[in-house]
Amino acid sequence: MVLKDLYDRFRDPKAIKALSKEIEKEAEKLDKTINIMEVCGGHTHTIMKYGLLQLMPKNINFIHGPGCPVCIMPKERIDHAYILAMREDVILCTLGDMIKVPGSKGSLQDARSKGADVRFVYSPLDVLKIAKENPDKKVIFFAIGFETTTPMTAALLENAIKQNIKNILFHINHVTVPEVMKELIDSRDEHVDSYNNQIDAFLGPSHVSVIAGSKIYEQFPSKYNRPVVVSGFEPVDVMEGVLMMVKQFVEGRCEVEIQYRRSVSKEGNLKAQELIEKYFEKRELFKWRGLGNIPKSAWKLKDEFGEFDAEKIYELPKEEIEDHKLCICGDILRGIAKPTECQVFGTACTPQKPLGSCMVSSEGACAAYYKYGNLL
Amino acid sequence: MQKTITLSMGNGGIENQELIEKIIFRHIKNEFLERAEDATFLSELKNPAFTTDSFTITPLFFKGGDIGKLAVAGACNDLSMMGAKPKFLSLSFIIEEGFSVRDFEKIVRSIKKELDINEAKVVTGDTKVVPKESCDGVYINISAIGERIKEFSQKNIEVGDVVLISGDIARHGASIFASREGIELENEITSDCKSLWPIVDRLIREDVKIKACRDATRGGVAAVVNEWAKAKDLCFEIEESKVKVSDEVRGICEILGFEPFILANEGTFVAAVDKNDSQKALEILKEFNENASVIGIVTDEYPQKVLLKSEWGTRRFLDMPSGEILPRIC
Ligand code: SF4
Repeated sequence: MVLKDLYDRFRDPKAIKALSKEIEKEAEKLDKTINIMEVCGGHTHTIMKYGLLQLMPKNINFIHGPGCPVCIMPKERIDHAYILAMREDVILCTLGDMIKVPGSKGSLQDARSKGADVRFVYSPLDVLKIAKENPDKKVIFFAIGFETTTPMTAALLENAIKQNIKNILFHINHVTVPEVMKELIDSRDEHVDSYNNQIDAFLGPSHVSVIAGSKIYEQFPSKYNRPVVVSGFEPVDVMEGVLMMVKQFVEGRCEVEIQYRRSVSKEGNLKAQELIEKYFEKRELFKWRGLGNIPKSAWKLKDEFGEFDAEKIYELPKEEIEDHKLCICGDILRGIAKPTECQVFGTACTPQKPLGSCMVSSEGACAAYYKYGNLL
Repeated sequence: MQKTITLSMGNGGIENQELIEKIIFRHIKNEFLERAEDATFLSELKNPAFTTDSFTITPLFFKGGDIGKLAVAGACNDLSMMGAKPKFLSLSFIIEEGFSVRDFEKIVRSIKKELDINEAKVVTGDTKVVPKESCDGVYINISAIGERIKEFSQKNIEVGDVVLISGDIARHGASIFASREGIELENEITSDCKSLWPIVDRLIREDVKIKACRDATRGGVAAVVNEWAKAKDLCFEIEESKVKVSDEVRGICEILGFEPFILANEGTFVAAVDKNDSQKALEILKEFNENASVIGIVTDEYPQKVLLKSEWGTRRFLDMPSGEILPRIC
């Protein structure tokens, strides 16, 4: 079966063991610990699910990054989804885990149990069908995700326009990766030093890079002196990516490298990029849950498509809602703390009742630690 | 007889009689039902075990079974898993107005087939018809009484016990997901839906020292071992590579981002067995399904947790599934 070939070789126990040995050998040559941030939640998930931390030498440390589109969604925006979904004339569509995450009024799942029509779709294009079948309803697509899903949302809008479907609206929450990476490096508390980020290098996300190309990371070696290795999501990919990274440090290089050569190029998918540019423009600021406002880090619909923009059409609350005082997600994302250092980890804060962003989806660091355990 | 089920077929009148006589009794009839009274006397029971379950499923017909087979097998399996021989069943239908009579008969026929496998009898029943769109085709409720032959229970599980599985996992869940999502596969997945009494009967006859059995239905294997771990304050250590998953099922899991451990089975069970009897148990299980295997042991290392060991020597928790099963995005 073709599908099997897609993953089998990348989970081969022998390959994983061999890579683990090789990483250890190379890491012996290092004179310091290197802290690698895996930007993407997909990587966090792989690392925890396959227990890869247990295969790493002591001087390789992982910082679990903010790359989970569900986790970084601020509560006030989840409330938007909830408010929209509760309207009689609305069918609200979204992707995956988003349905479970509680805002201040509850989750979309809760809304559904109160009678709201909430549907989760595998692909944004499924929304077209729902809209055609329900001409008397407004079908709102609550769009989430990084560069990976943004072109699909653009394609949905393009199709809606072409097919003259008038009852599709959008609530856009698409965010971008390089801006948050920059923010993590730049942000510091000016009065003390212990809150400075600890990131030495980035493991770049794979699916995002398929679309955006590895070019989006070039600023990190050149401007910030942080190497980037774009790596796939399978365990062998991650191990290989780490090995490439360690070698850069051993050999004194600092550059962008691609481990995930089977799908990622420097330029990325230009068609998809054009599609994004055609319909979207950057927001001045966008609030990331756990990290705060980050300039130019998210998309919105261009003004000319205002008639499709649910944020413009409906009156939605603007106030920000803060996370629990005890939540240390921001520190976890900067690499200063591990989930288990949080006072409420696994007690007051669990995936069933998350207090902060890192616990909400299985791709968040706290949720992955909780689910898979941090065993040694 | 009409081609579709009408509301009048559920109201106790002539049409109701016709449906029962022509369709249900054609296949399922016995001395108890023939009496046609309000309740049935069951005098011959010594050590009764009693269970109930309701069944709804979309699609009603799937590769490897239908709602009728699922319902009888499901209710009887609940008894078998406790070491009780299924004997008497109640059978209640809630049918949607407009449902095809032909399809209904197909369901009744598979009910009969499954009853025979369990050597069990329907002794009482009920049929209701509800207006269109107030139910999804057919719902079935079955209560079942069995006779205790052995008493399997999670309370018997101890450190050192060996954990076995009766076949490859996640077939039912994956096949239902695939058909619901319209995913077309080269080799369609067949649900594992089946009655387990014949296997349990063999295990009992061969005097295998079984501590506990549980069919891994909703929540899959992950739910069974986690429930046991919590109930007994013990740790279950499972070797991932020993739990067989077919290529097709794994493919679905890849596409949808699920772990096979959390998907439902309808004819596959987990057994905790005295360590001295594990080989004997395995041999018997393998007669029924070559994918049966020994998958782990009971320890006290991490109480209330299930540990999953990978082939490359790492370990992690296998968590209890929770909430709706949703695909990952990234
Ligand atoms: S455990 Fe919960 S509260 Fe603590 S840092 Fe993680 S998400 Fe925040």
